[in-house]
Amino acid sequence: MDITEYIKLVFTDYTLRTITMGTAILGAVTGMLGSFAVLRKQSLLGDAISHAALPGIAIAFLITGTKDTNVLLLGALISGLLGTFWIRGIISKTHLKSDTALGLILSLFFGFGMLLLTFIQKQPNANQAGLDKYLFGQAATLVESDVWLMAIVTGICLFVLLLFWKEFKILLFDADYTKTLGFNTNFIDVLITSFIVLAIVLGLQTVGVVLMSAMLLAPAAAARQWTDSLGIMVFLAAVFGAFSGVFGTAISATQNNLSTGPVIVIVAGVFVLVSFVFSPSRGLLFKQIRFIKNRRDLQLHNTLAFMFRIAETHENISHPHAIKILNNFQGFTKGTLQKLVRKNYVKLDGSMWSLTEEGFKIASNLYNQQSDNNE
Amino acid sequence: MEQKIAVKVDDLTVAYNYKPVLWDIDLEIPEGVLMAIVGPNGAGKSTLIKSILGILKPIAGSVSIYDKPYDKQRSLVAYVPQKGSVDWDFPTTALDVVMMGTYGSLGWIKRPGQKEKKAALEALEKVGMLPFKNRQISQLSGGQQQRIFLARALVQNASIYFMDEPFQGVDATTEIAIINILKELRKAGKTVIVVHHDLQTVPEYFDWVTFLNVKKIATGPVKDIFNDDNLTKTYGINYKVSIQE
Ligand SMILES: Nc1ncnc2c1ncn2[C@@H]1O[C@H](COP(=O)(O)OP(=O)(O)O)[C@@H](O)[C@H]1O
Ligand SMILES: [Mg+2]
Repeated sequence: MDITEYIKLVFTDYTLRTITMGTAILGAVTGMLGSFAVLRKQSLLGDAISHAALPGIAIAFLITGTKDTNVLLLGALISGLLGTFWIRGIISKTHLKSDTALGLILSLFFGFGMLLLTFIQKQPNANQAGLDKYLFGQAATLVESDVWLMAIVTGICLFVLLLFWKEFKILLFDADYTKTLGFNTNFIDVLITSFIVLAIVLGLQTVGVVLMSAMLLAPAAAARQWTDSLGIMVFLAAVFGAFSGVFGTAISATQNNLSTGPVIVIVAGVFVLVSFVFSPSRGLLFKQIRFIKNRRDLQLHNTLAFMFRIAETHENISHPHAIKILNNFQGFTKGTLQKLVRKNYVKLDGSMWSLTEEGFKIASNLYNQQSDNNE
Repeated sequence: MEQKIAVKVDDLTVAYNYKPVLWDIDLEIPEGVLMAIVGPNGAGKSTLIKSILGILKPIAGSVSIYDKPYDKQRSLVAYVPQKGSVDWDFPTTALDVVMMGTYGSLGWIKRPGQKEKKAALEALEKVGMLPFKNRQISQLSGGQQQRIFLARALVQNASIYFMDEPFQGVDATTEIAIINILKELRKAGKTVIVVHHDLQTVPEYFDWVTFLNVKKIATGPVKDIFNDDNLTKTYGINYKVSIQE
């Protein structure tokens, strides 16, 4: 299938449209909530929640015997919440670091979940196959009601986010201070964490346990690079997440047999990569360019200041001096000299240089500044 | 002279693990003093403030603000946390941080409006940070960040201010600016409690002092108790500071 055919299909084909909508909404809600996990530096949280959800899926199947998505995800939600609040309990009651508690619960629940999955697979029951799709997700199984559920949860989440925006913001920035103002920080924290659990559980069917945390972190980490405003960051993260879903679905639909979840995660990863390199204020590329430019400017200023000190000793500031003198000076290069000439600060005449009127003025300012700074 | 007690701490004991970090602290802070809390690193100065403000739960003891529990008196108290306790790379502006000082009086859900913004701008003006109101907070110097924190507390318009090392990492100009604001607060009848590190400036800046090292060593007027004896008891070594008359 090529791109034009794909675009036609998105609007006509029910299955493809459902999957595209589903992954877009999922990307948006996880991106939105992921901003909070990223800003609290809880990058392991998403991983812990999704892995903690696995045994719930297995137990829900063992109890009910159905493979109905809603039933299994309800199981996932319960064990996800259980795991998450267990982590909170461990952190507040013992003195384990939060990383340790997260890692501990993550491996404990995941190990238990895997154990149950293997057990289920050994059962002589024709119905058992297919639970392992929750490990890596299978977007193709999305139906319209799944998408509706995602849309409703996203809507509620957006509403709560807007309602408690001020409380979320201040808690993220300064939890102790928030407490002194009389806000119940536990409540705010439980609220946001519950929504993160909900969003992750909704994504298990599409992206799976193993890669789900990338959906939470990648769009938010990318968004952080482009803005210094929390509101814009959350918005951008939702947009990046949604696009990851759409592009990922498109790529996997046009390239036969590529499974959707991992492709979505890779697209989200590309967003991160591009953002970390190309963001104007925080990106590596512009940082490097600024660094080189600053170093050049410094060289230029130092050379000019050095020339000024020599020129100063003469009545006539434009008195010519030998270029050789400058060789004593470390910052001096031919390029620097050329640049000073181009800026009309310096005149060259054979092997001699002299400051121009303008160059002298600029240099005297610089020189005074430099000696001020040294005091 | 009958003086009201602004803050009263009774038998306060606090522990993070098993070993108490604060041990049986009794403290009475009279209204209207500008008080320094001094003690070596790890003495429990921050812990004391956090326990008074209900951020930490003590093992034993009680705290009252003007004879009532802290819960009932929140609106009377403002807090300036240690600068290092937050992530200054957080995506927000100086004005936005100062506005947070109004969140307590706003309560749940209600958003700050024009009135709150005006108060925040006034506080920024007071600490000389108005030109930087739209700066991202990571683009501020350490001293400027400290001023922002101070402005956030000023917006609360409280009666009692707790400040944890407001002079940490600030330049001389900022230090003078801050101490002038603190003295102004005292002049307005407020009670100001400051964790302070530079012993040399204690007599110049403060009129009241508490020596703390797990236990309370002494508390009282600077002119009466700020002496080598108490310093040695607090810091362990033979401590000598020259106190200017
Ligand atoms: N969150 C914490 N968990 C465990 N121990 C802590 C914690 N915070 C502080 N401490 C310990 O409590 C003691 C007092 O700390 P603190 O109140 O910060 O001292 P100060 O502010 O006087 O430097 C120190 O020994 C410190 O190591
Ligand atoms: Mg401290």
